[in-house]
Amino acid sequence: MALAVVKPVGEETAPQQKKAMVAIDSVTMSFGTFVAVEDVNLTVADGEFLAIVGPTGCGKSTILNAIAGLLKPTSGSVSIDGNGVSGIQNDIGYLFQQDALLPWKTAIENVELGLLFRSVGTSDRRERSTAWLAKVGLKGFEQRYPHQLSGGQRKRVQMAQALISGPKVILMDEPFSALDIHTRHLMQNELLRLWQEERRAVVMITHDLEEAIALGDRVAVLAAGPRSRVINSFPVDLERPRDVAEIKLDPRFMDLYRNIWASLRGEVEKSYERRD
Amino acid sequence: MNVATERFIQLGLLFAILGGWQLGVSIGIIDVFFFPAPMDIFNQIISWVIDANFYRHVTITLTETVLGYVIGTGLGVAAGVWLGLSRSAARILDPFIKGLNAIPRVVLAPIFVLWLGLGLWSKVALAVTLVFFITFFNAMQGVREVNPVVLANARILGAKRSELLRHVYFPAAASWILSSLRTSVGFAVVGAIIGEYLGASAGLGYLIAQAEGNFDAVGVFAGIIILAVFVLVIDRILDVMENRLIKWRPNASEERAA
Repeated sequence: MALAVVKPVGEETAPQQKKAMVAIDSVTMSFGTFVAVEDVNLTVADGEFLAIVGPTGCGKSTILNAIAGLLKPTSGSVSIDGNGVSGIQNDIGYLFQQDALLPWKTAIENVELGLLFRSVGTSDRRERSTAWLAKVGLKGFEQRYPHQLSGGQRKRVQMAQALISGPKVILMDEPFSALDIHTRHLMQNELLRLWQEERRAVVMITHDLEEAIALGDRVAVLAAGPRSRVINSFPVDLERPRDVAEIKLDPRFMDLYRNIWASLRGEVEKSYERRD
Repeated sequence: MNVATERFIQLGLLFAILGGWQLGVSIGIIDVFFFPAPMDIFNQIISWVIDANFYRHVTITLTETVLGYVIGTGLGVAAGVWLGLSRSAARILDPFIKGLNAIPRVVLAPIFVLWLGLGLWSKVALAVTLVFFITFFNAMQGVREVNPVVLANARILGAKRSELLRHVYFPAAASWILSSLRTSVGFAVVGAIIGEYLGASAGLGYLIAQAEGNFDAVGVFAGIIILAVFVLVIDRILDVMENRLIKWRPNASEERAA
C-alpha cells in the first residue's frame, strides 16, 4: 500500500456532485443465525457505475437482492431515488448471471415483457421491442426462441429486456461470468455503449477485478464473508468512452489494479482459509 | 436402418404372430375356446363395425371417457397449480391426498353406482378419480419446478400474480401437465370400461362383459382390440395437440441443425 498512487477514499468522504439514486443505509442481511453482510453503507449517484468486488461467498448477491426488493434487510434500509424499498421494485432493471429469459417466449416476446406488464399497447410495444432488439444487434432474430440463440445472443436479449422500460437503476449480478472471454469483452463493450447513450445508476457485482475497473466509475471492495462489509472504495478516473480490451494496457489501469488488488487479496485469502 | 425397412419388419412380425396363431388354431394345437382364431375375431369386429347399434356403445363409452377425462384433468390441473403455489395448503392437505390416492379406485365403482345409478355418471366419476391424481401430481410438480431465476426476472419486470400464473407458471408446468394428459387418457378409458363392466346397460365394457357371460371368447378379444384402437386414436390426437402447444421446446432435429 506504500506505493499507492490512488488513495482509497472512504464512502462518507466520496464527493457526491449528483443526487444519490441508490442509498444503502447500514444494511444487515442475515439468514437465521448466519449473517451474510453486516452494516453495509453504500450510495450510488445518478448516472454512476458502481462495481462491487469481493471473494466468492461474501454476500455480494444478497446486497443486490436487497436493492431489488427480492430480499428484505434484517436491519437498515435501502432507498431508490429517495423512496424506501419494500417489496419488488419495478423501476429497476436486473441482469442475472444465469439465463433468465422465459424459454417459452420468442426473443421479441421476452423483450416486450416489461412493457406488457406495464400495459403498453400492442403496436407501441412491438415497435419499441423491435427497436431494442436492433439496438443490441439482434435484428432478424425476433422470432427465435432462447434455445435457438447462442449464450451471447441470449445475454443481448436479456439486456434489451432489462433496459426497455427505462429503469432508474440497473443491477447486474456477474452478468457475463458464464461467457467465454471474447464474447465477454464484446458484451462489456456493448453494455458500456448502451449505458453511455443514456446514463443510469448501475450497481454491478463481479468477482473479476479487471471487469470492475474497466467498466466502473468506482470499485467497492467487500470483505470475506460471513459478516461481510465494505472495506474500501476506489474511484476509477479513467476517461470514457473506454474499450474494455484496450484499457487493460493503460498504465493507470494497472496502478488501479495493483491498489485494489492489495486490499482485495487479503479478503480472498481469508475466504479460502475459512473454507478449509 | 431406414423407415421403410423398419415398417416392413413391423408388418412381418404382425403377420408372423397372427399367421402362427391362425395356423395353430387350424391344426388344433390352440384351443379356440381360450384363444379364438384371428379370422373369427376379425369377422366379429367387421360384423360390429357394420352394425349401427355398435356405434351406440362406442358413443356411450366415448362420452364417459371424454367427460371423465376433461373433468378429471381440469380439476387435477387446478388443484395441482393451487397446491404447487401454496406450500402451507399443500402441507395441510398432504396426508388426505395421499390417503385418497391410496384407495384402489376399482372398489369405489360399486359406491358410485349406489350414489349415481347405473347410467353415465357413475362411470364418469370412476374415470375422474383415476385421472385426477395423475394430472394433479404432475401439475403440482411442474409449478414447483419453475426456474427461480426466471420467476424473479418476471417479478422484477413487473408481473402481477395473475400475470405470473399466465406467463410463467402455466407455460413452465405445461410440459409436465401435457405428459400427464397422455398417461391419463388410458386411465380415463379404464375408468369408463370398468364402470361399464361392473354394471351398465350399454358401452364397450358392457359388450365385453356380455360376451364373457356367454363364454364367447371371440367377443371378448374383439372388444379388447376395439378398445386398443380407441385409445390409440385418442393418443394420436393428443400427440398432435402437444406439438402445436409446445413449440418452444428444443427437439432433436432442430438441435442438429443449429
